[in-house]
Amino acid sequence: MNDTNPQFEQTRRKPWNDPRVRALVFQAIAIAGVFWAGWALIDNTLANMESRGISTGFGFLDQSAGFGIIMSLIPYDATMSYGRTFWVGLLNTLLVSVMGIVAATILGFIIGVARLSSNWLVAKLALVYVEIFRNIPLLLQIFFWYFAVLRNLPSPRQSVDVGGLLFLNNRGLYLPEPVAQPGFAWVTAAIVIAIAAVVGIRVMAKRRQMATGKIFPTVKVSAAVLIGLPLVTYLLAGGPIVWEIPELKGFNFGGGMTLIPELAALWFALSIYTASFIAEIVRSGILAVSKGQTEAAQALGLRSGMTLRLVVIPQAMRVIIPPLTSQYLNLMKNSSLATAIGYPDLVSVFMGTTLNQTGQAVEVVAMTMGVYLTLSLLISLLMNIYNRAVALKER
Amino acid sequence: MKKLISLAAGTATLVGTLMAGNAMAATTLETVQERGHVQCGVTNGLPGFSQPDEKGNWTGIDVDTCRAVAAAVFGDGGKVQFTPLTAKERFTALQSGEIDVLSRNTTWTLTRDASLGLNFTGTNYYDGQGFLVRKEIGVSDATELDGATFCIQSGTTTELNLADYFRANDMDFKPLVFDTSEQTVQGFASGRCDVLTSDRSQLAALRSKLSDPSSAVILPNTISKEPLGPVVRQGDDQWFNIVKWSLFAQINAEELGVTSENVDKMKDSDNPNIQRLLGTDGDMGDKLGLPADFGHAIVKEVGNYGEMYNRNVGPGTPLDLERGLNALWTEGGIMYAPPLR
Repeated sequence: MNDTNPQFEQTRRKPWNDPRVRALVFQAIAIAGVFWAGWALIDNTLANMESRGISTGFGFLDQSAGFGIIMSLIPYDATMSYGRTFWVGLLNTLLVSVMGIVAATILGFIIGVARLSSNWLVAKLALVYVEIFRNIPLLLQIFFWYFAVLRNLPSPRQSVDVGGLLFLNNRGLYLPEPVAQPGFAWVTAAIVIAIAAVVGIRVMAKRRQMATGKIFPTVKVSAAVLIGLPLVTYLLAGGPIVWEIPELKGFNFGGGMTLIPELAALWFALSIYTASFIAEIVRSGILAVSKGQTEAAQALGLRSGMTLRLVVIPQAMRVIIPPLTSQYLNLMKNSSLATAIGYPDLVSVFMGTTLNQTGQAVEVVAMTMGVYLTLSLLISLLMNIYNRAVALKER
Repeated sequence: MKKLISLAAGTATLVGTLMAGNAMAATTLETVQERGHVQCGVTNGLPGFSQPDEKGNWTGIDVDTCRAVAAAVFGDGGKVQFTPLTAKERFTALQSGEIDVLSRNTTWTLTRDASLGLNFTGTNYYDGQGFLVRKEIGVSDATELDGATFCIQSGTTTELNLADYFRANDMDFKPLVFDTSEQTVQGFASGRCDVLTSDRSQLAALRSKLSDPSSAVILPNTISKEPLGPVVRQGDDQWFNIVKWSLFAQINAEELGVTSENVDKMKDSDNPNIQRLLGTDGDMGDKLGLPADFGHAIVKEVGNYGEMYNRNVGPGTPLDLERGLNALWTEGGIMYAPPLR
């Protein structure tokens, strides 16, 4: 073939020699192939299950479950459906994930900053923390917290008693539970108003600072509003809360709120383990901010706390957020190790007991995978939105 | 063009792989014979039922039930490999063909029989659910357990029976569900729960694992029927029959007084029942697709049902379980096998 005349070539080009057409054809084949493979997989699975006499479908979700769950955020008993067990498990997973993310973030930031402290002891302690908890497998840490905590706690009859209100034993931590009385709606309204007021104060303070350069004591005023307004309303409404105090009846305490040891152990382990990674991420983020920024801030007369809060951390966040997202995802997925110590999370309740009682492995596993996928994508999405908000804006 | 060809070839391979599952598979017996051993699913450590000893040999009543199948097929009870499974994993392992027989103290229920694509081949141990409590809590009957916390193993009928029993008696309970029986015992030993609930035979086994077995008692109540036995995949009647009749052969052998000691002498017996069992008369083996002397091999290699029971869980073993329901029907129990004829 002789390519001396490109123009001639252009007009005479056959469709199968046109790169655009070829690209389209191959992509269409690839997509068709993927869909066909997916369809074949599903069809094959259904056919094989049918031929082996395994029942299929999601009808089982309406059947009554018939087993108990030790802890649920929504009302649950054994007469409710398998669909309900799904929600109970999902909410328990969400609870421990959110608690873990909050605690790991706070702890991780503190350790990460401490790692860079000019105080030798503080910096070395933070280093030891990171090296210990980062390098021990999470499952072992969960077992450690569970059994170390449990073994040393007394039985219900010998509970640790704090002022007759708070009890600690090997079945959990028992706290008085606030039970709202009719007038409580006023207090709820006051809390909402207080939050709105704080947002307003912040906006106003920022505007005033921009305009006049005067700094408004936002934190102090906000705190006063947030605590003061609901408190005053609560007193005016005649204290519409009754505290239900845990009482020892039969085998254990009844009434009040309970933090079961399984949740506590899982929460500690997840938070402490993930915090060691977050600490390193925070440290790398802070180190990524040029030292000149700190020096410039100090030259302007900012105190070291303000330098950190107003100059260094905001810039470090750009480096911190993307890897932090991964840690949140890991924490949420690692919460499925709950099944090893009997915390009733989604994997334990739904993919464990429900799967076994119904035998609907394909459906149950698909639903569970769907949940983890959705939660992961959701966390990524939220973090990406936040990341975009704090990203460097070039003006 | 070369790219297109490789793409097509790749697709064809993928299609082939996906379609392979649909092709008619060999029968389980053929697969087992070709492989040279029976693949058997057992518990991951329950004394008396299936547990590896210090030399790594599996022992227990469920293990012996597998050995009987291997003896029937190969004439050699040693041609078995064991797959330890948790209660959660067991059915999937059988459905997916990872194992040929599931012999893992599994309760025969309608749901499992009818909707999991499985067939129960019989009962090698009649059991019922009971309660293990620490002596110090001073409970002598299950009706005093209102509000107690229970350690249970996940994925068992135990979980459902417990909820049923407490609902029927209008009592409250807190279930703490663990994956393995090992964790369940740990939970009980560490005082996290008041009661460990499971099949009575398992309670005896788990109690023997406690650091001080005498500190705990099994309550007299039995709250359910738990017929435990081997399970096979649905859709292969020949294999179903082989596993079923391996156990029936052991039970019939006990009834006929044939033991691993006297089995060779019994070959000369005039009793036509014994002759059919040991393959000296009739074509019982042929009908199952097995060697004629499969019954002889089972009794010779594993022993009759009574021998198997006494060796693993009977009086004198750490579990020390009386025959009770598991005695032959001729001796006041309900262990009864259809006639070999």
